[in-house]
Amino acid sequence: MTKLLDEATKGDLRTDLPSFRPGDRIAVDVKVVEGTRSRVQTFEGNVIAMSGAGINRTFTVRKISEGIGVERIFPLHSPNISAIRVVRPGKVRRAKLYYLRELRGKAARIKERR
Amino acid sequence: MKSLIGIKRGMTRIFDESGRDIPVTVIEAGPCTVCQVKTPETDGYSAVQLAFGERKLKHTTKPLQGHFDKAGMPPAKVLREFPPDGEHEVGDVITVEIFKVGDKVNVAGTTKGKGFTGRMKRWGFHGGRASHGKKDQLRAGGSIGASSDPSRVIPGMKGAGRSGNARRTIPNLTVARINPEQNQIFVRGAVPGPRNGTVYLTKNS
Repeated sequence: MTKLLDEATKGDLRTDLPSFRPGDRIAVDVKVVEGTRSRVQTFEGNVIAMSGAGINRTFTVRKISEGIGVERIFPLHSPNISAIRVVRPGKVRRAKLYYLRELRGKAARIKERR
Repeated sequence: MKSLIGIKRGMTRIFDESGRDIPVTVIEAGPCTVCQVKTPETDGYSAVQLAFGERKLKHTTKPLQGHFDKAGMPPAKVLREFPPDGEHEVGDVITVEIFKVGDKVNVAGTTKGKGFTGRMKRWGFHGGRASHGKKDQLRAGGSIGASSDPSRVIPGMKGAGRSGNARRTIPNLTVARINPEQNQIFVRGAVPGPRNGTVYLTKNS
């Protein structure tokens, strides 16, 4: 069943994106359409969660914008993502970093993975 | 022919050219063989009978076997009549290619049976109040009518009972993608029934 659906959407999966994981700081270039013209906007932050499988895989990026936490969930295989860059790989001990929501400033830092 | 028999395989998502996320149901539809053409002269009405899927010989009754032998085809799992559209002969094969992306289709199927359900689930009643001194009436349906006049319940009152397991048609679903090699059609939105349930597609012109 799931296998059949996976096969059916296999051609839609993106293979051009780098691999990253929760804890990494990444920059996502998102295509934004404004009226007739489109441009690329960058959203940079920490990956705090990844979920789903196959074409349904999504990841959550959290950044602090002007002192306010902003989270954005992207479908990994969306054609609206023009590029992803791993800015700083992070070392974490959880798959979901929701605890970062409770932390501010210095406490919300993530160790770098080397 | 504007109709096809298929199997609902499940839901997933695809992205369109502008990057929008589209929820789709994957239906494995056809190929269907024309098993019988009914005409007003012989049957009193006109229809095209389509056959879909495979049926083991040991599960085929003798009368049914005779019917398939007459059409010169192996036993099929589903037989269904559709209104005729153009000329068709016994043995014609109809595939998913009768549809194209952007077409509107009506999809019919048998909904999942829910068993005996209350009025909230079956009819979308809101139930009772949880606070302000109310007790034991959280999911109650309320009044079903007046008292001694008329001294009865008006027929057609929405009540608890068996829900689901009924034929339903979802009209005007958009065809999002067609994959002729796999006999697959991707329809935007949900269709009735469980996965692997039989569904009937008809082009909406």
